[in-house]
Amino acid sequence: MQPFEYSRVPDREAALNALSAGKGSKLVAGGTNLLDLMKEHVETPRRLVDINDVPMAAIEATAGGVRIGALSRMSDTAANDLIRAKYPALSQALLLSASPQLRNMASMGGNLMQRTRCPYFRDITFTACNKREPGSGCSAIPGENRMHAILGTSDSCIATHPSDFAVALAAFDGVIQVQGPKGARDIEAVDFHLLPGTTPHREHELGPDEIITAIVVPAAAHTERSHYLKVRDRASYEFALTSAAVGLELSGATIRSARVALGGVGTKPWRSREAESVLTGRNVSEATFREAAEAALRGSRPQRQNGFKVELAKRTIVRALQMVSGGVA
Amino acid sequence: MADEPEDDAVVDPSRRRFLIQSAVATTSLVVGPMLGAATEAGPGKTATETSVVSFSLTVNGVERKLDVDLRTTLLDALREELELTGTKKGCDQGACGACTVLVDGRRINSCLTLAVMQSGRSITTIEGLATGDALHPVQAAFIQQDGFQCGYCTPGQICSAVACIAEGHTSSDEEIREWMSGNICRCGAYTNIVAAVREAAKKGGSNAAL
Repeated sequence: MQPFEYSRVPDREAALNALSAGKGSKLVAGGTNLLDLMKEHVETPRRLVDINDVPMAAIEATAGGVRIGALSRMSDTAANDLIRAKYPALSQALLLSASPQLRNMASMGGNLMQRTRCPYFRDITFTACNKREPGSGCSAIPGENRMHAILGTSDSCIATHPSDFAVALAAFDGVIQVQGPKGARDIEAVDFHLLPGTTPHREHELGPDEIITAIVVPAAAHTERSHYLKVRDRASYEFALTSAAVGLELSGATIRSARVALGGVGTKPWRSREAESVLTGRNVSEATFREAAEAALRGSRPQRQNGFKVELAKRTIVRALQMVSGGVA
Repeated sequence: MADEPEDDAVVDPSRRRFLIQSAVATTSLVVGPMLGAATEAGPGKTATETSVVSFSLTVNGVERKLDVDLRTTLLDALREELELTGTKKGCDQGACGACTVLVDGRRINSCLTLAVMQSGRSITTIEGLATGDALHPVQAAFIQQDGFQCGYCTPGQICSAVACIAEGHTSSDEEIREWMSGNICRCGAYTNIVAAVREAAKKGGSNAAL
């Protein structure tokens, strides 16, 4: 681990001041991803700003939904009564992530900021990684890429975004509230993470002098009737091969509104408005679900080892939709 | 700023000592700057700064003073500085659970947090579970059910199990397996580990003081 300075700040203002004090500062909350990458010399911050004393962990009902403080822990968010009752896919996505120990440590803001699990990104002995060293190339495209993305890829990068929660957040119109020296602003979850394009080192919209303060999710019928389905190599404690966050608002057997997002297959949390428009206005049926799944994967570009993800992702969508429409069709 | 050297007589620029105030300090607490001996820290990256930091940790009910490199993880502080070697280092990257300890009663991976970040919190390690010679009920259940072979993962398994029971995630073997999945056993003693957690949960294993 490269040496760094450390400060522990009591409030948001002090955190912002610490970030503005100079380049190379990183916020640390749970530290589960950042410290891991610092040990590997992938992350080399000059300063760590410990924000665990900042009062930003509350989960509150708002007029139109729920507001989750950025420092709420994954375990506490997943277990929250309001989240479980009205946003089941959010709770499920969190509980299917990592392990109980890691969920006790990791913050919600940090969950959105976690870096890819691409093994070439995580190992500096591979010199080619455009995300780590812009312009150095990509080791995964000609290399081991079974776990990599099939949607949103570029010739520069095919790494997936690893967060389960971010997939559910993208599906259900989440908003990420941030604050910087120029004030507060809201970023739509679907716009927060960036496609790699030719600049895979640029991963998100958060400025280096900004801090995530909260995550807001609007309440809706399709959010209450929602599910997060994760398919992986092991039964537990593993990243997704494919996953789907889905929600339906039903009137009888008719789908009034639908939400679909995919994980494990995209370079960013992958909202599929194509699938949603297939579903909207139709009656629930396996054929309709399959049609929606086909639409979601239409632009997919598999690599040498992950062609199986195309069909697996489709089946994941169909199964998840069957689960939320259970007893209707 | 809390960066006054403790020892004015000998100021060694490569190992300046800093006093960390209480964790509940209302002012920003800063450690640095760190000047001095150059050390290599990975290809292409030259570290030119090191820092020793002084603070205390509450471990198994006892406040312990530490003077450690700022980069020291909680796991390394427990094992190398406080000589509490019951907590084990497996993968050192949060993938195996061997380093599981309880912080304010919640289970965490001690390899993925800095020791300095845990000052002010109450840490319980495997050494803190027994009461004198009386084993914690979860420890007793692991022996009763033969919940290990080599034993290396066992301290982490037991700390994790204590929290798992306290959380109430023991209603079925399936639930125990899911909520103990953060602890890997290379020997594959899972069947007996589940049996031990089930037995301890039935006997109220979470009631023992943490």
